[in-house]
Amino acid sequence: MIWHNIKVGFHRLGSPPVFHRLCQVVAPWLWLAAAICAAFGLFKALYLVPPDYQQSDSFRILYVHVPAAWQAMAGYLVMSVLAVIALVWRIRTTEIMAMMGAPIGAAFTAICLATGSIWGRPMWGTWWAWDARLTSMLVLLFVYLGIMGLYAAFEDKRKGARVACILILVGLVNIPIIHFSVEWWTTLHQGSTISFFGESSMDSSMMPPLIWMVIATKLMFGAALLDRSRNELVEQDRRKGWVRQKLGASA
Amino acid sequence: MTRAMLALLRRDLRLAVRHGGESLMPLVFLFAVLILVPLGVGPGPNLLSAIAPGMVWVAALLASLLALEHLFRPDLDDGTLEQWWTGETPVGLLVATRLFSHWLITGLPVILFAPVAAQMLYLPDRALGTLMLTLLIGTPLLSLIGGLASALTLGTNRGSVLLSILIFPLVVPVLIFATGAVSAAADGLSARAHLGLLSALLILAVTLIPLATTAALRLNIE
Repeated sequence: MIWHNIKVGFHRLGSPPVFHRLCQVVAPWLWLAAAICAAFGLFKALYLVPPDYQQSDSFRILYVHVPAAWQAMAGYLVMSVLAVIALVWRIRTTEIMAMMGAPIGAAFTAICLATGSIWGRPMWGTWWAWDARLTSMLVLLFVYLGIMGLYAAFEDKRKGARVACILILVGLVNIPIIHFSVEWWTTLHQGSTISFFGESSMDSSMMPPLIWMVIATKLMFGAALLDRSRNELVEQDRRKGWVRQKLGASA
Repeated sequence: MTRAMLALLRRDLRLAVRHGGESLMPLVFLFAVLILVPLGVGPGPNLLSAIAPGMVWVAALLASLLALEHLFRPDLDDGTLEQWWTGETPVGLLVATRLFSHWLITGLPVILFAPVAAQMLYLPDRALGTLMLTLLIGTPLLSLIGGLASALTLGTNRGSVLLSILIFPLVVPVLIFATGAVSAAADGLSARAHLGLLSALLILAVTLIPLATTAALRLNIE
């Protein structure tokens, strides 16, 4: 019985008005939670964590760089799952969500590249290196841009979304390459210092703010995804009855 | 099944032969780029032989982009593409045949003329075999990736710009392993690791890309 209710509830999310309502209710809470986590994390990161023994205060950019990098990849995984659902079951709201993940993911990728570059200048002595991880991250940015461009180029948004979903799945090959690039190629970027299944090589006092920031970026991604999807849905359905009803006849 | 595939292959090749000059454009473009390189960076043999693997490959890659716009477009416009779904031959096989004929027309000439290109940029002789081998493994990859991108952009009206943006991230690994192999061979090292990875990419692409391309085409003719 409970399972039945869950299934019905899930199917109802395919309906634009229901989805619109859900986004409207959930997104502000996600934003609030993200703001609290980020405020907490940034305060700890900037004031409570002791300076690094080698990099002194400049390592603190890590608390933006690493969560952004993880979110850039996690966002792609979320989009891939949505793309599979969209292609198999052809649920329109899922198609829209898969498409709206791209600009957010691209923003996180750009933040990761920019902060990495700023961090690299004093530590490595260069803004940019053609290192395996940097290059694969740059490739990820272009995959995101390609998805956005492809979707935007179609007149028929549903068709565009489904075609771009195929591209999402093809581009998925890049994610393991990014993840393992520091192990497969020994170049400038350091290997993983944070391990979930063993001892991290980072000092334990540096960990808590990072965890807060990671949670904050996850929440931010979710909130932005819901907001964007809601806007796109209203934009596409602007001539339909439910939007007029919801936003008044002037819409 | 094989009859339909052979008929398609024969038709594509016949069209390419009758178009003559147009089919040679990728090759002409390849040599145009290779002639511009020494003029641009200077004719010093040391510099040229150092950048030869990368330049030949970048030129081959750019040349492969040229014919992509017309890979499926004419068939879409005259309705042939829709007929593919009415026959009994699996469309994936027809797509694979089309990509194969694209490779025969654009990839094969590049491999055949690779020795000339290598001489123009003073590539060390011992790397020539590896260069041709990477082209043999890599140009089918370019055709497959290009075919997928051209199928994805088929329903749009500004295909060409988009095409290059879609292709660029997907061909990066091909370029890295191919030039890595040739550079290693030029330095007298073993190129087997790079060649192995390049072959692995080809196997992955040959098995999966025709399917993805078929799915994309189908969405675009709906």
